[in-house]
Amino acid sequence: MSTLVIEDLRASVAGRAILDGVSLTIASGEVHAVMGPNGSGKSTLSHVLLGRPGYQVTGGRVTLDGEDMLALPTWQRAQAGLFLGMQYPIEVPGVGLAEALAESFRAGGRDAAPVAATVADEARRVGLDSRLLERSLNADLSGGERKRNETVQLAVLRPKFAVLDEIDSGLDVDALRAVARRVEAATTEFDLGVLAITHYTRLLQELRCDRVHVLSRGRIVRSGGPELADELEHTGYAEWAEEDPAVAGAEPVADPFADPFADPVSRPLG
Amino acid sequence: MKLPTTSLEEWRYSRVDGLDLDRFKPAGLRPTAPAAHPEVDALIAAVGATSAVVETRNGFVVSRVVSGQGVHVRDEADLSGAPAAVREPSDAFVVANRAYASDPHVISVGRGVTADPVILVHWVDADDVAVYPRIRIEAGEDSQLTVIEVVAGEGRALVVPLTELAVERAARVDYLHVQMLGEEAWQIGSQVSQVGADATLTSAAVSLGGYYARMRTDCALTGQGASSRLIAVYFGAGGQMHDFRTVQDHRVPKTTSDLLYKGVVANTSRSVYTGLIRVEKGARGTNAFQTNRNLVLHEGAHADSVPNLEIEDHDVRCSHASAVGPVSEDERFYLESRGVPPEVTERLIALGFLGEVLERLPAPALGPLLGDALATKLRAAEQLEQQR
Repeated sequence: MSTLVIEDLRASVAGRAILDGVSLTIASGEVHAVMGPNGSGKSTLSHVLLGRPGYQVTGGRVTLDGEDMLALPTWQRAQAGLFLGMQYPIEVPGVGLAEALAESFRAGGRDAAPVAATVADEARRVGLDSRLLERSLNADLSGGERKRNETVQLAVLRPKFAVLDEIDSGLDVDALRAVARRVEAATTEFDLGVLAITHYTRLLQELRCDRVHVLSRGRIVRSGGPELADELEHTGYAEWAEEDPAVAGAEPVADPFADPFADPVSRPLG
Repeated sequence: MKLPTTSLEEWRYSRVDGLDLDRFKPAGLRPTAPAAHPEVDALIAAVGATSAVVETRNGFVVSRVVSGQGVHVRDEADLSGAPAAVREPSDAFVVANRAYASDPHVISVGRGVTADPVILVHWVDADDVAVYPRIRIEAGEDSQLTVIEVVAGEGRALVVPLTELAVERAARVDYLHVQMLGEEAWQIGSQVSQVGADATLTSAAVSLGGYYARMRTDCALTGQGASSRLIAVYFGAGGQMHDFRTVQDHRVPKTTSDLLYKGVVANTSRSVYTGLIRVEKGARGTNAFQTNRNLVLHEGAHADSVPNLEIEDHDVRCSHASAVGPVSEDERFYLESRGVPPEVTERLIALGFLGEVLERLPAPALGPLLGDALATKLRAAEQLEQQR
C-alpha cells in the first residue's frame, strides 16, 4: 500500500501564480478525479507533479510514501512510481516505444527483456494497431491513438500512481472505453492509484472514482464522492468559472520550449 | 604547397589555420601487408558479396581482390588530366593529391553491367605522414554499381583523399564514404562527381572520426534527366570538428538534386556545413533541394550552417532549409517522464535524429553497424560530459 500526498502545493508559470495551495491524498487502488473549468490549473497540477520545465513550484510538498518528489529530477520521480499520461503526448522522432520503455526498465534495474512482448500484449488490450508500435513515438498518430499509446506505456511501466491529464480529450467513444477500462483494471491488477484530471464526466462512467475534487482558481474548492460528478454533469462549472474570467484565460500557457526543428528556418541568402 | 586561410569564404570556420603542414612527411616505405582491423572487416563482412576490394595502407595499395565480372581495377599512373567535372582549379589539397598520390586507381564498370559492391579501404596507421588516396570510378552507360569507401585507422596523419565519380548516361551509382579516423587525424577530402543524362547518383557520407575532418563534395549534373541524392550523417565529440562543403551544380535543363545532411555536436566539438545550389544559365526545369539540420547536444558545442543559392535561370524549383538547435525540451521531458535518465534520453534522441539519414544509406546492411558505432560514441561523449 502506497500513498501520494500533495500538501499546500503552489506553483507559477512565467511568473503568474496558477496553483494556490492544492492538498490531496491518494492511496493505492483509489481513483480521484480532479475536475474544473478551463484555466483552473488542472494541467499545471499534472505537469508540476512530474517536474516539467517552465513550471515553478513556489511552495508546498509532494511525497510518495514519504519520499520528497519535488527534490527529484523527472526521471527519478517516474522511477519512484509516478506516471504522467499527457493531454498532448509528444512526438519523438526516431525513438521507438519499446526502445524507450526498455531504457526505463534498465535504469530502474528491471529486466528489459520482456518489454517488447508486454508492449504487444498491452497494445492488443487497448486496441492499438501493432503496426503503429513500429513508428517513432507518437509520430503520425491520431488523438485517439496517442491516448491508447499513453495507456500502453502506463500498463507496461506499472507505476504506483498515474496522473492522467485529460486522457479523455479527443477520444471517440470506443477509444475512451478502451482506455478507461484498462486504467480501471490496473487499479486492481497492480493496485494503481489514479489522479484523473478531466473536464467531463464521461470518463468516470467507465473509470469508477472514489473521490471527486473541484479545482478552481488554483485551489480545491469542493470534494466529495462520485455523486459530485453527477451533480457537475447538471450544473457545470458556471458557479466557479464566472468568478474570475482573467484566470480562465490564463491557460493554455505557450510552451517556452518549442521544438526548434518543428518548423525549418530558412536563412537569408549569403 | 601554399595553404588557404580562413579569410577565404570556402575555408571560413575551418581549422586550416591550425594545420602545421611541415609536421606531415610523405609516407616512407611501402607496407608489405594490410594491418589487422576487425572493425573494418565487420563492415566488409556485412556487405556480403563484392566484386572488388582494394585496400591501401598509408597511401600504398596493399591488397587488391577483383572477383566480379565486368568490373575492372587498374593502376593509373597518370590521372593528372582534370576530369570534366572539375571546372575551375580546385583547392591546394586537390592539387597536392594530383601531385603526390602514390597509387591512384581507376575502377570501371562496363556498359550495361550490374556489379556487386566495390569496397575501398584506406587504412592509416602511421603518425606524422601525409597520405593521398586517389580513386576514379567510372560507371559505364546503363550500369549499376555500389561503392563503399572506408577511411579509418588511428594514425595521427594528414589524409587528403580525392574521389572522382563519372556516372555515364542512365547509370545508377550508390556511393558511401565512411570516415572513422582517430581523433588526432586530419582529413581534407574532395569528392568530384559528374552525373550524365538520366543517370542517378546517391552519394552518402558517415563521418565519425578526425580532429578536423573536411569533405568537399562537388556534384555536377551534366545530362538532361540526371539526378543526385546527397546525404550525410556526422557526429563530433570531444574537441573534434567536421566540415562539409557541398555544391549541387545544375548545368543543363531538367535535372534534380536533393541533399540532406544531419549532424550532432557534443562536448566542445564543432561542425560546419556550407552548401551551394548553383543553377546555370539555360538549366531550366531544375529541381534542387537542400536541408541541413544540426543537433547541439551540449552547451560547449557549436554548429554553423550556411546554405546558399545561385540561380541564373527561371523556371526552377529550389529550396533550402537549415536549423541548428538543442535537444527539444518537450521531447526530453516526455522520455524522462517515462523514467529514462537524461543521458540515455539524449542518446536516444540523437540517434533518432540521425536515424532519418541512416535508414536511407546505400548498403543498408551497414546501417545497424554504423548505428552501433554512433551509439558507442554517444555513450563516450556523455561520460566525457559528466566528467567535465
